[in-house]
Amino acid sequence: MGKKLLLAYDHVPGIKGFEVYRANGGYKSVEKAVKTMSPDAVVEEVKKSGLRGRGGAGFPTGMKWSFLAKPEGVARYLVCNADESEPGTFKDRYLMSRIPHILVEGMITSGFALGATAGYIYIRGEYFYIVSILEKAIEEAYANGFLGKNILGSGFNYDLYVHVGAGAYICGEETALLESLEGKRGNPRIKPPFPAIAGLYGCPTVVNNVETIAAVVPIINDGGEAYAAVGIGKSAGTKLISASGHINKPGVYEIEMGITVEDFIYSDEYCGGIKNGKKLKAVVAGGSSVPILPADKILTTPSGEKRLMSYESLADGGFASGTMLGSGGFIVMDETASVVENLHTFARFYHHESCGQCSPCREGTGWMEKILHKILDGHGTMEDIELLWEIQSKIEGNTICPLGDAAAWPVASAIRHFRSEFEEYVKNSNNLKKVRHYDSVNQLVSA
Amino acid sequence: MAKVTIDGKTIEVADGTTILQAARMIGPDVAPPTMCYHSKLKTSGGYCRTCLVEVTKGSEKDPRPMPKLVASCRTNVMDGMEVGNLTSPKVIEARKGVVEFLLLNHPLDCPICDQAGECHLQDLGYEHGSAKTRTDFERRTFEKISLGDKIQLHMTRCILCYRCVKVADQITDNRVHGVLNRGDHSEISTYIENVIDNDFSGNVIDVCPVGALTDKTFRFKSRVWFTKPVCAHRNCDKCSGKVHLWYKGEEVLRVTGRKDQWGEVEEFICNTCRFDKKKTSDWEIDGPAPVNRHSVISANHYQTLKMGSEFKLNDVKPLSITEGEGS
Amino acid sequence: MLKIEPMENEVKFNSESLAVIEKIVARYPDGKHKSALIPVLHLAQAEFEGWLSPAAMDEVARVLNLKPIEVYEVASFYTMFNLNPVGKCLIEVCRTSSCWLRGANEIVEHIEKKLNIKDGETTADGMFSLKTVECLGSCGTAPMMMIGAQFHENLTYEKVDTILDSCKTENKRKTYFDNVNIEHY
Ligand SMILES: Cc1cc2nc3c(=O)[nH]c(=O)nc-3n(C[C@H](O)[C@H](O)[C@H](O)COP(=O)(O)O)c2cc1C
Ligand code: SF4
Ligand code: SF4
Ligand code: FES
Ligand code: FES
Repeated sequence: MGKKLLLAYDHVPGIKGFEVYRANGGYKSVEKAVKTMSPDAVVEEVKKSGLRGRGGAGFPTGMKWSFLAKPEGVARYLVCNADESEPGTFKDRYLMSRIPHILVEGMITSGFALGATAGYIYIRGEYFYIVSILEKAIEEAYANGFLGKNILGSGFNYDLYVHVGAGAYICGEETALLESLEGKRGNPRIKPPFPAIAGLYGCPTVVNNVETIAAVVPIINDGGEAYAAVGIGKSAGTKLISASGHINKPGVYEIEMGITVEDFIYSDEYCGGIKNGKKLKAVVAGGSSVPILPADKILTTPSGEKRLMSYESLADGGFASGTMLGSGGFIVMDETASVVENLHTFARFYHHESCGQCSPCREGTGWMEKILHKILDGHGTMEDIELLWEIQSKIEGNTICPLGDAAAWPVASAIRHFRSEFEEYVKNSNNLKKVRHYDSVNQLVSA
Repeated sequence: MAKVTIDGKTIEVADGTTILQAARMIGPDVAPPTMCYHSKLKTSGGYCRTCLVEVTKGSEKDPRPMPKLVASCRTNVMDGMEVGNLTSPKVIEARKGVVEFLLLNHPLDCPICDQAGECHLQDLGYEHGSAKTRTDFERRTFEKISLGDKIQLHMTRCILCYRCVKVADQITDNRVHGVLNRGDHSEISTYIENVIDNDFSGNVIDVCPVGALTDKTFRFKSRVWFTKPVCAHRNCDKCSGKVHLWYKGEEVLRVTGRKDQWGEVEEFICNTCRFDKKKTSDWEIDGPAPVNRHSVISANHYQTLKMGSEFKLNDVKPLSITEGEGS
Repeated sequence: MLKIEPMENEVKFNSESLAVIEKIVARYPDGKHKSALIPVLHLAQAEFEGWLSPAAMDEVARVLNLKPIEVYEVASFYTMFNLNPVGKCLIEVCRTSSCWLRGANEIVEHIEKKLNIKDGETTADGMFSLKTVECLGSCGTAPMMMIGAQFHENLTYEKVDTILDSCKTENKRKTYFDNVNIEHY
């Protein structure tokens, strides 16, 4: 069994409640930090740990924290990104609904490190039932002196709130999230300035993913070096992977980074192999945005070694033959799955979720969805495949926020690795199985 | 001060100047095209992506190129920065893409559009687009919306530049229209039928780069290129009173704010000047208006001024950009 | 474009909701009450029949001292806000990749047949509305649907039938806000 840092007490009955959580070593990191450490020392520990953001981009957390501006007399905020809407990703939901206190604890310890006046947990609206779980945990933390004024007699004042969204993937992008938290449309801001300088209400702000914040707990408890010793190279620590699709055991797994992809897919400790004994066809390794890879390329690197579950190994080969760890949304497809149809669901998703601010993404995402729909309906041409390629290349890199890139990469990689499948749809358009392809429903109508 | 080189031409500008402003100071030959930026509106720009440029050298201190093309209207210069606009093949390609995206759902109704002849999108397509469209899908359409008896909204033509929203936010105190829905369903609307009604509401017409917001009192009276703009002013207690009068023969068909060489309004005017003063006797005439941006107008009817020769290029005033406000 | 019909009853928050709204507003710094807009819209949707009529949005604008257009802009951006009336049970079925791989399209078709409505429609008796949605973070327990605030996962036809039958007599419009406890703020 690999080392568990976040889910170690997952199966302890009652771990959702304060008492049991506390009895299993909960809130020690808060005690340690506020009583024996300076805020800078906490930041230093996080730097040493090598922790990288778990929201998708993998940016070193300690470094991000050290960028936070600290002007005199200006409030600072810590915002937890619990918007989790990247298709294939459900690890934050798992963590929050089962061990809510680890997030609350991490928000307090991290808030102390940053000298934050308040913390907000921005949770996607569809996770409504988790709001009450978190609110209960927060209430318990207040009741036990871990939140509010003068926490544990240290003089540190800190409030923590849950803020609920209302259905918009784009609010996972950190500046859109801040806009949304300010009660506006979730339009990403044009950067600079970055949130570390001017974030929530124009004040210096750090935005971190749920899992990132939770990882601060073991880092402060056991020290940054101990955390860095887990994992492999610059992929320090453990990572929650959301596994779904055609596997025997879908679910959330905490892995030590560095295990092989093959192990992850086939061992009984994790996915337990492909469902119904079918063959592996393709994997989307890090949530819908990352390039899809065919079986051979996901299992081995270009140099012929076994690919590992780590930031570096998954990216080995660049976009030509690699992918990214992203948010850890691991979607597995067996030999029966149609890559083109799957891509259509992604294209529809990005079309549906584009905020519409900038023209390449607003217009391009819809165009790609329409072309894919056309191909699936058997009306596609070879030129359409080229056009798809062209469109994605004109979106990528030319937009305000990375959603444009996220919409482009799945299209590019599907064509790159599965072009013949697209061509098959065009050539055999008469023999296509008639399937209905749902388009986005924006508003309901009465029957 | 920062020294910046754009398409091989160097200029020294104040810190905090954007690449676009620096390029405009050098001159029209190197100025990137713009659709959503407007020099008199705070936080404008960044949306349309037509002004993308390539930064081949970040600065003297950090000479690394920027990894992506950047929106020149929202990126500040650094000392020693080198920028490629028309000399960058990447920029030319990307811009073609942007034009194609902007035209993708734009109706092909120029022949009946009041903006024809002074439409920035028409110019843009002509100068930076590629000849043929590659879509055979139905274009997106919206219903026409009346915003009172003065302003017509033709949402189908809108390119979502956000200028009209910003103008309402920044120079009026009661914005009733905004951007509704999201993605490619986004639309400019009041949601419930409403009239845009305040002393400065007419300025949404002047800032709209396309024919989405037009002057109902002028609609279909004439093609723009049969009218002749004249600079005029009057003493107005609400605004500067400096306008362009658009004549056809002896008749004033339309009053607009004065636009600079980039097609951006210099000073916003009030509705009294715009809608209620349509007699020559209401105005003191200052002389013919310089027309140089909109080729169609100038090409057709009167003496064109050579690009830039009448304007002091260094008059473009940098406007500081504050983030995080606006919509 | 919507035209306001004259309202028979004026739409007003009840006093309980107003008390909750005060607590929500208190979470944000002074002068930043606009931050409460999304939570308050949820509240309005729960109180006013599961959708946001122009009158309901105007009431939100009044209570939070915002311009009505600010409320319309926000409400129309987020997919959870219904700008048209919905049935008492709003069935939202995920059909993105992981769910699609595990049969989401078949589930949608099954529901369509069973309720005799199409995606995006409401049954004539106003009981059920069906809407296909994008990933709800249940990919590991796909296929899935959400009714009210309740996730229903690992769906089969039989499971869907049982759930829908049990919903027939329930009004789920409110439930998604019911189990949220804002008391301790
Ligand atoms: C379109 C888009 C969606 C995103 N969605 C999420 C999300 O749901 N959850 C998340 O934690 N980060 C998301 N991110 C990444 C955030 O912008 C940001 O990088 C992250 O919250 C930083 O936290 P970290 O450093 O702890 O990863 C998204 C980014 C983009 C561009
Ligand atoms: S890339 Fe898409 S989501 Fe991001 S700002 Fe532009 S339109 Fe909005
Ligand atoms: S109506 Fe005109 S000014 Fe307003 S956003 Fe559309 S194009 Fe821009
Ligand atoms: S003018 Fe710069 S992005 Fe539109
Ligand atoms: S794909 Fe359906 S819940 Fe994620």
